[in-house]
Amino acid sequence: MSSHVKEHHGHEHQPLGGRVLTLPFLICAALVAIAGVILFQRYTQGLAAASNLNDGYPWGIWVAIDVVIGSAFGCAGYVIALLCYILNRGEYHPLVRPAVLASLFGYGLAGLAVLVDLGRYWNFYHMMLPWYAQPNSVMLEVGLCVATYTLVLVVEFAPAFLERFGIEGLRAKLNKVLWVFIALGVLLPTMHQSSLGTMMVIVGHKLSPLWQSQMLPVFFLLTAILMGFAIVVWESVMASLNFRRPMETPVLSKLSDLMLVVASLFVVLRFVDLIVRGQIGQIFGGPQSGWFIAEMVLMISGLALLIPKANRNRSRALFLAASLLLAAGILYRLNVYLIGFTPSVGPWHYFPSVKEIMVTVGVFALEIALYLLFVKKLPVMHAVHPEHG
Amino acid sequence: MSKNMMSKNKTSVSRRGFLRNAVKGSAAAAAAACTTVVAAPPEANALVRPPKPLPPDAVGLLYDSTLCIGCKACVTACKEVNHMPPDVGPAQQGWNAGGGDQPIYDSPVELSARTLNVIKAYSHGTGATKDAAENGFAFIKRQCLHCADPSCVSVCPVSAMTKDAKTGIVNHDPSACIGCRYCVLSCPFGVPKYDYNDAFGEIKKCQLCKQQLAKNELPGCADVCPTGATLFGRTEDLKAEAKRRTALKVGEYAHFPRGDIAGKVGGPRSGHEKLVEAAYQTHIYGEKELGGTQCLAVSAVPFDKLNLPTNVPENGYPTLSEGIQHTLYAGMIAPATVFAGLAYLAHRNTKNHTDE
Repeated sequence: MSSHVKEHHGHEHQPLGGRVLTLPFLICAALVAIAGVILFQRYTQGLAAASNLNDGYPWGIWVAIDVVIGSAFGCAGYVIALLCYILNRGEYHPLVRPAVLASLFGYGLAGLAVLVDLGRYWNFYHMMLPWYAQPNSVMLEVGLCVATYTLVLVVEFAPAFLERFGIEGLRAKLNKVLWVFIALGVLLPTMHQSSLGTMMVIVGHKLSPLWQSQMLPVFFLLTAILMGFAIVVWESVMASLNFRRPMETPVLSKLSDLMLVVASLFVVLRFVDLIVRGQIGQIFGGPQSGWFIAEMVLMISGLALLIPKANRNRSRALFLAASLLLAAGILYRLNVYLIGFTPSVGPWHYFPSVKEIMVTVGVFALEIALYLLFVKKLPVMHAVHPEHG
Repeated sequence: MSKNMMSKNKTSVSRRGFLRNAVKGSAAAAAAACTTVVAAPPEANALVRPPKPLPPDAVGLLYDSTLCIGCKACVTACKEVNHMPPDVGPAQQGWNAGGGDQPIYDSPVELSARTLNVIKAYSHGTGATKDAAENGFAFIKRQCLHCADPSCVSVCPVSAMTKDAKTGIVNHDPSACIGCRYCVLSCPFGVPKYDYNDAFGEIKKCQLCKQQLAKNELPGCADVCPTGATLFGRTEDLKAEAKRRTALKVGEYAHFPRGDIAGKVGGPRSGHEKLVEAAYQTHIYGEKELGGTQCLAVSAVPFDKLNLPTNVPENGYPTLSEGIQHTLYAGMIAPATVFAGLAYLAHRNTKNHTDE
């Protein structure tokens, strides 16, 4: 989605270059290999051989973290496209390509993780066939949206490929229709990120009243946007440190204003929702209330850090605030999908097995390894005059 | 509520212009939406769809805990009729390994992918008296309740879980199923199960022995029940029978039919007279729970003691989740409108960028 802004002058984006087989890359590759061995067991012996999943907790971290949280990590491209192309804020343009790349891997691997978790994965394509469709299913909508959005991200990222391999004719043609994909790239995440919240409405009394609400879709949309912003800040600062590039603090500072607004909105609506539902007292009792408090402490300390205007221009404070808000979003989603959930009948327990955790680690390691490879080999990052020549 | 927040934002957000107004506008809208959505009563709430009624000829089971003697003939019959393998509870695994892969003794303690029907026992204190909550014991039968408005059918993305329009039986088709286990997660009664020890595991649940009913034979459990504790029939007939029983007084003799309450399916059978020894709870489990279920239960011991969820609303949860879904996506009008707006802006703005 590079297209615009004077790219015909060439070299607005540049591959970072450098060695691919660095230590971080090799560590990631090793983690992916470990996950591969565990997945072999999972596919030959069944889900129990690799996980602690059971009929009380049929969804574990492979859904809650790999898909529900992983796809929120993938919202970088969504929020930046929204700012840049829908709200016409050109100053965010340097963030577009890295954000779209992060989204591509976030969503691509969330899709892959679904195949790890599906008990009858060989039938997965039934989701796409109209004669199997069950239109009341929120999951059907999520599945179709995520699949389509992943394709949209491929198209949005295509200009970087086409530029790298000098396929200019196709790139020019693509640029003419890219607005359709940009519009879809904003619509689809709005739909499926909110629906990820709607998905848990049906579990009813099994989700603690601290989280069970008809407002779940609103909260999931807000955390998607918030985590999208936070991951952009996070990734920008990490890239600047690791690749010795100048900090993008001025543009990140503008993002932090928005993070402040979205996080405040989330906190206020959470309390309004609890009050309106008459469940505010739940905060002060029960084993799960600690998790609610932790979620709120992370969220409020993240946004409090951004209230002094000076902090919004300090990369350290920005990074810390983004980390706190990201953690708050992660915990909120984990609370809704796992921690706040109690099966209805019988004593069931779930804590992820080591193997299950290693598969999740492997999925994220693959994401990082591919990201490192792509930014080194393809024009993703905005061109700067590198200090290290 | 949002007033405080607005003013806070006004001071804390230095950026002016469109963006801030847009965010503020949506904040106010979201706050208003939150209040209306959550505060509105169900009948006036646009985000709740009406409940689904039972088909008039829906069939089910009436389980009477006071008649159950815990013989588990129904558990065995269910296994035979549905060709289900034996299942060994965790406490029995030490001594019941059997020869080779097969355990000798079928001893399920809970529903599982190998057990579609199970009898569980409640006991308290000395456990001396049958059907007493204090120092007593009681039985409960667990199997699919065949809801009027089932969560499992609502959530299934590929129509593997379906509700028969005439009999109301909730069926599962493994050839369509993708194994996402959303039905397992969503069932308010914890019924559908998946086989985690099989590389090609299936979802399993009671389908009310539809294959037996097709031959005009009774579901396995109702067929073998010696006391009529499990009675088959039209749900409406069973509901009337349940009301008759819950009105019985201790010390009364009453007639209890066996097999099919109408005496048609599986042939006529004689019932029996029995003294009512423990007072029935007035609550008929399944009459109102989650929009009603086709399988009902009556008992002398409160149902929460029998480990059945009693903190549930009178409408099924699909009325809430499908309410949201159908409001947002009615005729795909809202998404189409939003897409048109986004496409217009994206088209205009990318053009502007290129013109620069």
